Amino acid sequence: MTSRRFSTALIAALIAAMTSAPASSEAGDGRRSGYLFMSPQTRAMQDDDMANPGMLTVLEGAELWSRPTGPAGRSCADCHGADGSGMRGVAARYPAFDVAEGKPVDLAGRIRKCSAEHLLIEPPAFESRPLLALMTFVAHKARGTRVTTGEDPRLSRGIETGRGLWRTRFGQLELSCAQCHDDNAGRRLGSAPIPEAHPTGYPIHRLEWQTVGSLQRRIRGCLTGVRAEPFPYGADELIALELFLMDRARGMPMETPGVRP
Amino acid sequence: MRGIRRCTGLIAAGLMAASVAADACAQVATYEIVGDGIPIPLQGAEGRADRGRAIIVDRQKGLCLLCHSGPFPEQRFMGDLAPSLEGTGSRWNAAQLRLRVVAPERLDPDTIMPAYHRAGSGARVAPAHRGRPILSAQDIEDVVAFLTTLR
Ligand code: HEC
Ligand code: HEC
Repeated sequence: MTSRRFSTALIAALIAAMTSAPASSEAGDGRRSGYLFMSPQTRAMQDDDMANPGMLTVLEGAELWSRPTGPAGRSCADCHGADGSGMRGVAARYPAFDVAEGKPVDLAGRIRKCSAEHLLIEPPAFESRPLLALMTFVAHKARGTRVTTGEDPRLSRGIETGRGLWRTRFGQLELSCAQCHDDNAGRRLGSAPIPEAHPTGYPIHRLEWQTVGSLQRRIRGCLTGVRAEPFPYGADELIALELFLMDRARGMPMETPGVRP
Repeated sequence: MRGIRRCTGLIAAGLMAASVAADACAQVATYEIVGDGIPIPLQGAEGRADRGRAIIVDRQKGLCLLCHSGPFPEQRFMGDLAPSLEGTGSRWNAAQLRLRVVAPERLDPDTIMPAYHRAGSGARVAPAHRGRPILSAQDIEDVVAFLTTLR
């Protein structure tokens, strides 16, 4: 009896440990992070900060964060604190509603706006090294916090726009995002397992790209794959898709920097 | 080249119904569906099974193995979004196979299998593919010729 009770307790403890251990994985409600679709090697690389190549980009971002720049000699750190700890959880609520623009803005857009308005510099180009480094630094500060994007009711219109795009059949192959990522997640498209497309690890380090890349780059890749002309970087449509995906991942833990093959 | 440019102009000017213009541009063959098949080869072309096999395994051209597996021992990493092509030639005749590749949406409007011989109506078709079918009439006949050998 005693040993029976002991083993039950042990199993309960093990289950608790298993469900809380991977900072990166399940929401507990069946939704699965892209991490869980990756090979053990890729997962091990993401899990180990010494091996995760995205961590170099985080360091690069940390350096840019506190480097004074522009005519006023200001840095991000001047407004947001030297270690960026004020950024904890911020990336987990983006895209956020921008009152001045009257529409949602994603993390890239926010950093570009800060560059123009507060650092008084030409905003870093989309998908440029400095922009990705700052995005990765900020999103890394949210690692382990849960996605809250979509709680703001002003975002609901954007989310619906994103949902509509998600269900649109794109390109010469006439496939929608939903047909692959809702209806066929877990199956294989050629050699690639189709993930559920939760954006919790972005920006990710993709081995094929040999660099980090944004969620917009990933979505543009899928559009190109179905032989559609991708929306340009920064387009409202891409932001709407990002918004829809983040809302769809609400409650899941952030994992930046994710690693993908 | 000249034909294509002229057609693009027509589409832009909205002078023609899109499907008609696309047909004229990209040589989308007209065909007749009888029952659950297309009995007459597209443009009367004669299919060659060896070319059909090459198209099917080509991941830039046929794209078939992104979704299907089949008896292709040299091919690794075939997809599993669709039934294996193994034995399709004993399940379906040439007419039925032609319809399944040319217009699978006729059998199931929600299918993810692309229609391989039509100027698609997908959103934002990339310029290089606009107004063109995925496979030409000859390609379709080659693919059908190969599929009938899968017994
Ligand atoms: C034909 C299938 C297909 C379609 C259609 C498709 N995707 Fe994907 N998507 C994939 C595959 C496969 C991957 C895995 C990445 C890889 O290895 O290429 C992926 C990856 C992703 C990821 C990254 C997930 C992660 O964990 O890193 C996101 C986000 C995504 N897709 C969004 C979209 C959006 C948005 C659309 C529509 C505009 C779309 N996809 C359309 C097949 C598809
Ligand atoms: C994006 C996915 C996809 C691609 C690419 C694709 N197919 Fe299919 N195909 C399917 C699915 C799914 C079915 C099953 C029918 C259904 O339920 O939609 C199917 C059915 C078929 C069938 C009927 C099979 C049977 O036994 O009933 C044939 C034949 C076929 N495909 C041939 C091809 C060929 C040849 C190509 C390439 C030239 C191809 N397919 C490309 C998804 C695909």
